[in-house]
Amino acid sequence: MKFTAQSILRNGTGWLLPALIILAWEIAARTELISPNVMAAPSAVVEAFWRLLLSGELVRNIGVSTARALSGFVIGGSIGLIFGLANGLSGLSRNLTDTTLQMVRNIPHLALIPLVILWFGIDEEAKLFLVALGVFFPIYVNTLLGIQSVDPQLVEMGRVYGMSRTTLFFRVILPGALPAIFVGLRYALGIMWLTLIVAETIAASSGLGYMAMQAREFLLIDVVVLSILIYALLGKLADSFARLLERLTLQWHPAFQTA
Amino acid sequence: MSVIALDQQTKPARPVKETAEARALRETPPGHWFPYAAPKPRDHDNRDIAFSFRGVSRKFGDKTVLDNIDLDVPAGQFIAVIGKSGCGKSTLLRLLTGLDKPTSGTLTVNKGIEGENRTRIMFQEPRLLPWARIARNVEVGLTGIAKGTEAREKSLAILNDVGLADRAEEWPSVLSGGQRQRVALARALVAHPYILALDEPLGALDALTRIEMQHLLESIWQQQAFTAVLVTHDVAEAVALADRVIVIDQGRIALDLDIPLERPRRHGSPELARLEGKILDTLFGDQE
Ligand SMILES: Nc1ncnc2c1ncn2[C@@H]1O[C@H](COP(=O)(O)OP(=O)(O)OP(=O)(O)O)[C@@H](O)[C@H]1O
Ligand SMILES: [Mg+2]
Repeated sequence: MKFTAQSILRNGTGWLLPALIILAWEIAARTELISPNVMAAPSAVVEAFWRLLLSGELVRNIGVSTARALSGFVIGGSIGLIFGLANGLSGLSRNLTDTTLQMVRNIPHLALIPLVILWFGIDEEAKLFLVALGVFFPIYVNTLLGIQSVDPQLVEMGRVYGMSRTTLFFRVILPGALPAIFVGLRYALGIMWLTLIVAETIAASSGLGYMAMQAREFLLIDVVVLSILIYALLGKLADSFARLLERLTLQWHPAFQTA
Repeated sequence: MSVIALDQQTKPARPVKETAEARALRETPPGHWFPYAAPKPRDHDNRDIAFSFRGVSRKFGDKTVLDNIDLDVPAGQFIAVIGKSGCGKSTLLRLLTGLDKPTSGTLTVNKGIEGENRTRIMFQEPRLLPWARIARNVEVGLTGIAKGTEAREKSLAILNDVGLADRAEEWPSVLSGGQRQRVALARALVAHPYILALDEPLGALDALTRIEMQHLLESIWQQQAFTAVLVTHDVAEAVALADRVIVIDQGRIALDLDIPLERPRRHGSPELARLEGKILDTLFGDQE
């Protein structure tokens, strides 16, 4: 990639507005236009960040939250993928399970929090369960949709050329379903953080959400804002990673072709 | 190899059809050169039969699309199938390529020397895998036949034949419609098919690309000597390319016409025009 003046300008313009907002926010906080009980100044947030970083508290909590998010994601995501593939490929499997899954899908998974606390207390299982459940559906629905929307003409072509079922799956069906699976993946990543935030603020004794709730108790508004920002950052990071993966695997797609 | 006994007498009684040769002889004005100098006997010679339909019918519900079709095609023949939209041309090809089964009747397809199924179909759309590069797409034609470097060499060779050797590493989405159809042709030809069925493969192309593709198809057919079954809407294309044209109407073969003209044929020659008129008469004669 070349860093021409034009490309810098193009990438830079997007950051102009956030920079201005932060500047205005800082000025408003300094001039006490915004009361310090309502919102911490950006500089105070940076200070809190530095303090917690030095004490090691921040790194530990981020580590705990990330581990929860990812393990929940892997569990829920793989089950969703397996069901999506099975139901997309086999009518029998779809008849057996799809109606049930669609019914369960209509329950907002966060509504299960009281029940989950009763089952698991505030242990790790509670968070894993909620994240896995939240992640399951977007992956499942989009994988199923992806497989069902594979061009039947291509499948017919594969058959005429004598592809075996496995070849047909890996050469035609899976690549055809991949764009939809990625949509599900990115959506699931959003749900993953959202679920974790809620679960951690309600039922946890460590992690970012817990850190934010503790800070609220002691009216440390800078730490609360910091936690929110870190959540946003982690969410963005996960999304960028998914985009990168998408860009690498969907090179053939006209939407991802450079030049 | 499966060659079937050919017994014309068992055909259902239908009005005795004048052979193309006899008709041509009758219609050639005295003193003119008769193009059918050496008429090739079609059915009773000892050439291999590429495929044969015996009383083949295909019904969808109670709608009869193909009605008791008898057709023998000798190996290496270039046969064109013409008919109005919805008359069952694609159905005929789907039966031939095993994508569909006849409701009644038998269909024998000679599998060729290797005994493998080397019947290929080229669809109206290119049907390339968008996620595979051009050479990979061509290699699909070698599924179960060749792998790895051998497959790559063969696909590059055939891509060279269709004039796309330099595009081997590109994605299908960057090719033009005509180029994509050429890739599809390369994919169909890479395993040296015994029978190549073409379902209006040039229908979506502009007139110039069409003529170019017709020449390409003809030259590759002459090189590889497969049996070609070309479904087309374009009567001029049919008479320009084929050894024999059949017209399907109301589920039956309404006309079976030999075109034993020398190749390369000149577009717009009076002979072609006359045969073209004959086919159009069969297609629309009953409406006048
Ligand atoms: N799977 C199917 N189910 C029901 N009817 C079908 C099916 N396939 C084809 N038909 C019917 O059979 C008839 C012939 O179809 P076919 O596709 O063979 O026509 P065609 O001659 O290829 O037409 P065109 O030139 O428009 O491509 C049509 O009336 C069509 O509706
Ligand atoms: Mg058709």
